[in-house]
Amino acid sequence: MARVLINAPAKARRGSVIEIKTLISHVMETGFRVTNMGQSVARDIITVFTATYNGEEIFRAQLFPAIAANPFITFHTVATESGVIELKWTGDNGYSATEQVRITVE
Amino acid sequence: MLRLAALTAAAFVAAALAGSGEIPLSERRSSYAHMSPETKAMQDGDTDNPGMLWVLDGEVLWRAKAGKAAVACAGCHSDADKGMKGVAARYPAYDPKRRTAVDLAGRINICRVERQQAPELARESKELLALATLIARQSRGLPIKSDDERLKPFIDAGRTIFNGRQGQLDLACAQCHDDNWGQKLAGITLPQGHPTGYPLYRLEWQTLGSLQRRLRNCMIGMRAEPHAYGSPEFIALETFLMWRARGMAMESPAVRP
Amino acid sequence: MSKGEQDKKATRRDVLKIAGALAVGCATPSVTVSPAAATPAEMQAAVAKVIGDATLNVGKVKLDIPPLVENGNTVPCAVTVDSPMSATDHVKAIHVIAEKNPQPNVISVQLGPRAGRASVSTRMRLRDTQNVLAIAEMSDGSFWSDRVNVIITLGACLEDLI
Repeated sequence: MARVLINAPAKARRGSVIEIKTLISHVMETGFRVTNMGQSVARDIITVFTATYNGEEIFRAQLFPAIAANPFITFHTVATESGVIELKWTGDNGYSATEQVRITVE
Repeated sequence: MLRLAALTAAAFVAAALAGSGEIPLSERRSSYAHMSPETKAMQDGDTDNPGMLWVLDGEVLWRAKAGKAAVACAGCHSDADKGMKGVAARYPAYDPKRRTAVDLAGRINICRVERQQAPELARESKELLALATLIARQSRGLPIKSDDERLKPFIDAGRTIFNGRQGQLDLACAQCHDDNWGQKLAGITLPQGHPTGYPLYRLEWQTLGSLQRRLRNCMIGMRAEPHAYGSPEFIALETFLMWRARGMAMESPAVRP
Repeated sequence: MSKGEQDKKATRRDVLKIAGALAVGCATPSVTVSPAAATPAEMQAAVAKVIGDATLNVGKVKLDIPPLVENGNTVPCAVTVDSPMSATDHVKAIHVIAEKNPQPNVISVQLGPRAGRASVSTRMRLRDTQNVLAIAEMSDGSFWSDRVNVIITLGACLEDLI
């Protein structure tokens, strides 16, 4: 069950720059850890995060093992029109999660 | 129970000898005060605080029907924000049926077994932490209550543990957290050690954990054999720590380095 | 400075605990057998991959990391680039690279005029006291950067992976 916390304004003035904050639960296993028994712990991270605004991509990020667990990413975008901002996370072992937020632009 | 009785007897002796190191009520501070502005900001924002992810999970579990009785927590307790307000601030609590102190995790499991007819949730499991964090969140900002006379033997037993030297380093909790709080120990500021923020997201763990997990870490750090989760020793210690922090505001789920 | 190795007797209890412990863990292992930190050559290679043979200018970029960090497992990091973010003059990408992590790359983001502001933030892991570099790639093909030296302190009571 993907748990996500998103902070995005529900309403914005047309043309204003808004900040979107995202926090998703994920262990972000680096692949560099070794257990007490000497076994390597396999990498398991989110590798790509994208945001689209009414279908058009507005932000893309590549994540590496150096991103802390429960990745926190914030970015900005211009509030152009009302609609849906969709956030998507993909990663190792076929991981995929999406969340949508609606925005009203006046 | 026998061990607890022995500890209580020892408490009468210990109380006479120790106790002078106790922090005056007005000087008590949450370790929130010692944190950097960035870490404080991480705790303060509901969408910045990774601990809130467990609250989200807890909300789902709260409403899920479970066990042979097929009843959800919400079935008896209504919404968590109504039914659980102030609850975590007065746990561990005295259970008259069992005639002992029960911590919040233990109470959740009692409900699971007796009301939902579902198996217990493992200590420190995702599910149990999610429910405990959801419940603790409902006490945020509320003062810790510790005024139940029936808890006195457990508070005394907890005080004995707190003041007693243990482990290879032969240290008592009180020596760091009563006598030397605010001073540095290898780069970190020693906190007073209050339970106001638990369960909390610890940056060191990169996940959320219970007070007892933190206590186990401390004991391992002191090279002492850590008590088991849910043990009478930990429940007594937790009861004492809540009494020691009486009146202080809950801040769960906190963020700590 | 590396986390001290702790004497660990491999008992059956330990083996059984690992399965549960792996789900609950921190970035730094209790027994440090991880690969050596990125060498200066590896870091230069990571930078070269971004800028090719272009010049890496200093300026326009502000890398905000607390200078003294409470825990290297989660270090807040913000990058802001001075740019109008117009169609003709904007930041195309931002890269963050750490000098001494096992792998130098931290995050790379792609932006465009729709961003409105070239300002991103995240939380990263830093293995040790080291330099962190932020590189901004501009629409005119130029590269700008900022560098911060971050001090990582070590907690007093190290715990086992229990």
